[in-house]
Amino acid sequence: MSSFWRGSLVGGIGVVVGLPLLVQVIWSFAFRWYFPDLLPSEWGLHAWRYVFSDSSRVGEALLTSLGIGLAVSLLSIGIGMPAARALALHDFPGKGLVEWLLLVPIVVPGVVATMGIHLVFIHLRVADTSLGVVLVHLIPAVPYMILVMVSVFANYDTALEETARTLGANAVRVFWFVTLPAILPGLLVATLFTFLISWSQYVTTLLIGGGRVITLSMLLFPLIGGSNNATAAAISLVFVAPALLALGFTARSLAKGPSVLGGLGRP
Amino acid sequence: MTAVVLQNLTRRFGNVVAVNDLNLEIAAGELVALLGPSGCGKSTTLRMIAGLLSPTAGDIRFGDRSVLAVPAERRGAVLVFQKHLLFPHMTVGENVGFGLRMRGLRQKEIRVRVQEMLELVRLPGFEQRRAHELSGGQQQRVALARGLIVHPAVLLLDEPLANLDANLRLEMRELIRSLQQALKMTAIFVTHDQEEAVMLADRIALLFDGVLQQFDRPRAFYERPRSARIARFFRNENFLHGRKEGERIVCGGSPLVVGGGREHPDGEYLLTVRPEEVRIADTQVENSLRAQVLAAVYMGTYMQLLLDVEGQQWRVHGPADGCYPAGSVIWIQLPPQRIWLLPASV
Repeated sequence: MSSFWRGSLVGGIGVVVGLPLLVQVIWSFAFRWYFPDLLPSEWGLHAWRYVFSDSSRVGEALLTSLGIGLAVSLLSIGIGMPAARALALHDFPGKGLVEWLLLVPIVVPGVVATMGIHLVFIHLRVADTSLGVVLVHLIPAVPYMILVMVSVFANYDTALEETARTLGANAVRVFWFVTLPAILPGLLVATLFTFLISWSQYVTTLLIGGGRVITLSMLLFPLIGGSNNATAAAISLVFVAPALLALGFTARSLAKGPSVLGGLGRP
Repeated sequence: MTAVVLQNLTRRFGNVVAVNDLNLEIAAGELVALLGPSGCGKSTTLRMIAGLLSPTAGDIRFGDRSVLAVPAERRGAVLVFQKHLLFPHMTVGENVGFGLRMRGLRQKEIRVRVQEMLELVRLPGFEQRRAHELSGGQQQRVALARGLIVHPAVLLLDEPLANLDANLRLEMRELIRSLQQALKMTAIFVTHDQEEAVMLADRIALLFDGVLQQFDRPRAFYERPRSARIARFFRNENFLHGRKEGERIVCGGSPLVVGGGREHPDGEYLLTVRPEEVRIADTQVENSLRAQVLAAVYMGTYMQLLLDVEGQQWRVHGPADGCYPAGSVIWIQLPPQRIWLLPASV
């Protein structure tokens, strides 16, 4: 790609992603901003003061979102990585059915499934708990983990593992010294996906959490419909920050070293 | 040095029998090729010896000890693949030292032995290089060093000379041979390339469809193949049906003298002569057959002739300076000592 087109593409992405964010930043510092003013007529810090106050519960919700997101990511790795490996490297009876079942949650709207799951969770006494929310977030998260990891394992050759075995490495050491370094770039991307899926869940958290599990999206979404644009803007910036941080970190670690994910993220 | 004995070794995948009742005795310090077309069960056999795959039936012994219950990481049979040779995220030094690290040796000792080993494979000072900075041949030598450093009881090689150009093949052949003899190791390698097997092996085990066809020195596959299929695998497509009577065999109208035919009783046989053993003549000479030239291709050091001999298509080598227009008639002389008889029922 010529540098002109590359520059245009990066610039275009910058405008599409950056401009709405810029508006949010302006809104979060606005005290009065009415039509037809191009910029707010009065500026203020009241929105940010509210965000950092105890009454907003933003800090608490941030920790809850982080905790649930991490739990969902780790569990998705635990479930999705072995599943993806099996799907990519082995043939077994009923493989098509398993693939279909694993990917169905991407197709079926979450609300539909969550209504039914809610009843089950009430019986299991995990409704209105963080555990219940983690479990329900796994439904949309795991398929993405599997989708990414299947493509990683499809380019992976087990000959390296076999070599390591015959050189004296047991199963645990083969995974640690050979498999993990080879799949790490892809695994980081998949983990980022699942974390962000959990991070942005609203309806499932609302239904299963029953208003007791307060994640950041539980605070943000009602504000968006409300009249306080400044506060909504400030919280949405808090909401988007970890995603941007994680994306930046992943892109950097992907750019280093050989990758199974065919050069994704490399300059 | 360890002898390797395969006894009634069988491996099934579902209904497919990949390796069927394989018996093989490989002497200590011997270099043996498992040869055959793809899907003949040679790789399956290699992976069973390594301990990466368990046999459906039969036994594998190193020396007089069965190793079936020993997991791959403790079996002492190191596998070196021809593709995906090196751990990509490690330096050359870390690659070569991997096996010693797994055995819990101290860094200092590992460093010394890695240095020695890299000198042995003629790559001194390559410790800090990365796999992708090396040429194909260099990567192969590093992979070999990584396997040899743990002093394996048995060295298992997967297509060791494939993907190398002609000069590198010779160099690598010398290296493998000299290291295998210097370190007194039993080595088994898998290949689909008969040339590679002939160049490198003390003995060749030829497998078709999971069944051992012939286990012998390389020369025997050219001079005394046990079936037409084996002969064909070694690029000999020259066959004629004939009836042996005494020291003669009659093919069509012409009787031929057979040299080494005394051990064969009289009867129907399939006669064969290797393409490079046939001599070309313009007129009828002793022990010759009439042949019509169908095509001739200049091959640099010889002419490849496609002939019609008694209704059969033969491929023979003629002198490079000869002129053989299509349709012309020549005579092919078959030296009695070079005629080999195969069972006619093949």
